[in-house]
Amino acid sequence: MSTATADRIAALRAEGEAAVAAAASTADLEEIRVRFLGRKAELPNLLRDVGKLPPEERGPVGKGANQARQALQAAVDARQAELEAVELEQRLAADVVDVTLPGTPVTPAGHLHILTATRREIEDVFVGLGFSVVEGPEIDLAYYNFDALNHDPSHPARSLADTFYVADDVVLRTQTSPMQVRQMELQPPPLYIIVPGRVYRPDNDATHTPQFHQVEGLAVDENLTLGDLQGTLLAFARAIFGDDREVRLRPHFFPFTEPSVELDVSCFNCKQGFLKDGSRCPLCKGTSWIEILGAGMVDPNLYGYVAESGYDPERHQGFAWGMGIERIAFLKHGVPDLRMFFENDLRLLEQFG
Amino acid sequence: MRLPLFWLTDYVDPGMDASKLAARLAMTGTEVDRVHTHGVSALENFVVGRVLEREQHPDADRLSVCQVAIGEGDVSTIVCGAPNVAAGQTVGVALPGSVMPDGTRLKKAKLRGVPSNGMILAEDEVGIGSDHAGIMVLDDDLVPGTPLAQVLPISTDVLELEITPNRPDCLSVYGVAREVHAATGAPLNPPPWMEDPGTPGPVEGVTVEVQDAEFCPRFTARLFEDVKIGPSPRWLKARLMAAGQRPINNVVDITNYVMLLTGQPLHAFNFDLVAGGKLVVRRAGQGEQMTTLDDQVRTLDSSMHLIDDGEGPTSIAGIMGGQRSEVREDTTRVLMEAANWHGPTLQRTSQKLGLRTEASGRFEKGLPPEQSMWGTIVATQLMLELTGARLAPGTIDVGGEGPAPKTIRLREEKVTRLLGTAVPIREQADILEALEFDVHDAGDGLDVTVPAFRRNDVTREVDLIEEVARIWGLEKLPATIPGHGMSARLTPEQRLRRRAGDALVGAGFSEAIGWSFQAPEMARRLRIDDSAVKLRNPLSEDLAVMRTTLLGSLLTSVRHNTARGAEDVRLFEKGSVYFDRPHRREPTAAEARSTPLPDERMHLAALMTGRIRPASWGDGNPPTADFFAAKGVLETVLGALRVDFTVVRGADPFLHPGRAARVLVGGEDAGWLGEIHPGVAAEFGLARVAGFELDFGAVLPHAVVAPHYEDLTSFPAIRQDLAFWVPADRTASELVEVVRGAGGKLLKDVRVFDVYAREGQTSLAVRLEFRAGDRTLTDDEISPQREKIVKAVAEKLEGELRG
Ligand SMILES: [Zn+2]
Repeated sequence: MSTATADRIAALRAEGEAAVAAAASTADLEEIRVRFLGRKAELPNLLRDVGKLPPEERGPVGKGANQARQALQAAVDARQAELEAVELEQRLAADVVDVTLPGTPVTPAGHLHILTATRREIEDVFVGLGFSVVEGPEIDLAYYNFDALNHDPSHPARSLADTFYVADDVVLRTQTSPMQVRQMELQPPPLYIIVPGRVYRPDNDATHTPQFHQVEGLAVDENLTLGDLQGTLLAFARAIFGDDREVRLRPHFFPFTEPSVELDVSCFNCKQGFLKDGSRCPLCKGTSWIEILGAGMVDPNLYGYVAESGYDPERHQGFAWGMGIERIAFLKHGVPDLRMFFENDLRLLEQFG
Repeated sequence: MRLPLFWLTDYVDPGMDASKLAARLAMTGTEVDRVHTHGVSALENFVVGRVLEREQHPDADRLSVCQVAIGEGDVSTIVCGAPNVAAGQTVGVALPGSVMPDGTRLKKAKLRGVPSNGMILAEDEVGIGSDHAGIMVLDDDLVPGTPLAQVLPISTDVLELEITPNRPDCLSVYGVAREVHAATGAPLNPPPWMEDPGTPGPVEGVTVEVQDAEFCPRFTARLFEDVKIGPSPRWLKARLMAAGQRPINNVVDITNYVMLLTGQPLHAFNFDLVAGGKLVVRRAGQGEQMTTLDDQVRTLDSSMHLIDDGEGPTSIAGIMGGQRSEVREDTTRVLMEAANWHGPTLQRTSQKLGLRTEASGRFEKGLPPEQSMWGTIVATQLMLELTGARLAPGTIDVGGEGPAPKTIRLREEKVTRLLGTAVPIREQADILEALEFDVHDAGDGLDVTVPAFRRNDVTREVDLIEEVARIWGLEKLPATIPGHGMSARLTPEQRLRRRAGDALVGAGFSEAIGWSFQAPEMARRLRIDDSAVKLRNPLSEDLAVMRTTLLGSLLTSVRHNTARGAEDVRLFEKGSVYFDRPHRREPTAAEARSTPLPDERMHLAALMTGRIRPASWGDGNPPTADFFAAKGVLETVLGALRVDFTVVRGADPFLHPGRAARVLVGGEDAGWLGEIHPGVAAEFGLARVAGFELDFGAVLPHAVVAPHYEDLTSFPAIRQDLAFWVPADRTASELVEVVRGAGGKLLKDVRVFDVYAREGQTSLAVRLEFRAGDRTLTDDEISPQREKIVKAVAEKLEGELRG
């Protein structure tokens, strides 16, 4: 090829590379690209017109021009990437928000009712101890609520002052205990169940609401003892109120257990009945024990009602208990008035669950 | 029951302070509600005084100015208002600084210009009587300055006991003394009825006839003559006061004292007014009336019992006396009755009449007939001692002692097996003997005979084990976990119900728990007339029927919040509703022979009002909850349960008629969805509220609990959008159904994503998703399906593809 042509290609390449390097923006660069590599530019024209050259020059010119064009294109691409990065940073630097403004709200999650949350906690503890969860009707026969639970026909709990009646023999259950006999009818021993649910009694004040919730427990097997009752409820008390808790059993009376006891848990609010400031603990009233539930060994008379399902008072022994979910929630969370549980004020609901 | 310690120590002295005794009793089965001090709690400054001089107050007619010796030669000037104060009297004095039983602290004072350094005491001021007419005049041999507490029971600790219904024997001082003896080991004095001043045999001029021996197992009475009615001595009044009973006169006080001591209620007849000297215990006639002591006319029925004299009813047996033979100031002949009545019968009478007295409350728990005589004996001692009476010879005693005592075998092995630890057999015997059971060694344990006062309560071996365990000490029991080796978990329904609640919480709903009962009026407000279960004895009219929907209680809860300033409220509730129609479960044997139980269903409902998300600086006006917001929540919940559902237009009367739907699951009705009718919402003071309510029983059986794998990842889906003009009366679900029907097997999903209306027509845009499990689809495979869809929409819905 002629020296002049070779020089011209070299000059165009050098000139182009210098221009690319000097490009200050992507817009500049585009202009430069069009100037050196566009359809009307000299270098592409040289390549296009290679065919018009004498045959011996075609190879060298074509090759030289092509190399120059590729080099120039590579330089443009590289510079393009550099400039884009710089320009992005420049744009971002201008896109400044007030980071102290509040975030855009999503719909905030709601909350389970404190009684549901407490009930689930209790259920989970006993499921872990091998107790199944069963539920029964809230409107039930007086037979299951009283008769089959060893309440004699004149027991005062049956009176209109203590039980809501729907018919002579149908009541709003006053306890979750009716499921004891219902479940024993369905299932032969061994039996390990808890029965959470709503119950009703005609009281209405700060510590009694006409509806409330209980969790009944019942275990019947061949050799269950009062010690087993204590151990089971100790495990429960520690799971709910903390690993340091102790429990004690106090003798009591219920028609459907014998012996009957109440279970106290050691107070988690104080030391020996006193608060840090020396005042008497309001939760345990200075006794350092808090009553949480009633329990006992299943009265052998109950097995008489379910003999057909294989219950035998000489062979089988069991224990049962009933606790108030409101009471557990009150003790754990300090809600002062039980009626608040059923007002459903969001300002209360949102504190729990 | 209130137990004054100074009375208890007549029979047993536990040698420990009140709070220790309370703790020990609590741990052996006698619950102590509270310990309080009756009378004066700070004994300082209460002394014996002697009135040296008494002068009229210069400026007040009713006041006296007294010079009172208070010991060690000191003399105080005390202004006194009592009319009976006089020089020479020995009196009780509270000096300045005294703390009175009501908590006030006595200060030096000026009364009408005369300084007064203390107070001369009346009975009621130190809680040993009810008399406030004058000051107490004490024995003259007392020395001024002696602490008053040494000569008068002005202070005692009182245990307020909660006696369980199986232990009526503990509703008495002597009964609790027995418990204290067993619980502490302190020696027990013999009961006060050991010495009987009376004699058996008939009583001249008195006849008693019992016509219903089952109702009245025993009737004892004695006749006292030359009775002088007057005040009781101070020691007796002080005991009654501390036990919470107001002194009246010696005869009435004796009946109360004996009841508190022995547990046996008594009744004192003014014998001169017992016509014919004859008492007859009989059934009342249907509709028979009598006027009781409290001046009420009571109407009886034939299940109740009266005591008649020659002129007709004088009392309702075991419950309350009549006015006619009441003891009065001038009574001189008293017939003192101590009877035994059948508890359950008495309780029914007391309930029917709405009349419960201290006596009936005791009888209804079932008292031993033996106790009647114990009461009679102690009453005789006191009548003779305190009223100057003469005992007429003989004792009325109709009926007699209860059934022979029962002997029960207590097996050592059974004790161990039930408690989970062994109690040495000698300890078992000692405990039972301390509780006054008779104990003999037997082959495999003990033969134990039950005393009369525990006859109803202790009838079986297990009852004896309880006695042993509670005195032996439950704190010695081990804490063991049963080794049953069984696992447990929630049922699928329980897990699904939890998941539904969790999904709603995630969607921004908080859980409410409303009342199961509501006012009958609620049905009118909700425009429904489901047959509701009615309570026979509701607490109030507002709580008289059981709910048939969660809507009422949930609207009430929403309103509670909006009334307190909340604007955006999202609440859900999970709970039972009750229909007055037989339930559909297989009845149990007991159900089969009883009144059918109502149909109780577990529902889930959610309501939302206000904005669906909070406003913010970037979005000042988020949309408010409407039908579609509620439907979105419904989709979230049912999606979380993997339940397929459809909705159709609904017509529930409590819903906006144009925005009402029924939810169908598996083709069956499962609940409602919609905007609450503005008229109903207005009843609750609410603006637009939207929500839904589902019957879990209709939904949960359709939930997919254990889904099976489906290959959605190996080959990509092809998505295509089509928009149609359809006549305005066509619904989105109709279009989706037609598209699905025409789309072939490869069409996996159809979703409406855009809606646009013009005159008489609606544009519905659907997104189609085609997928094959074994290959990547090409447009060539899809386009014939697309053409079929367009054709079907044209034919079936008069729809045309939108350009
Ligand atoms: Zn405490």
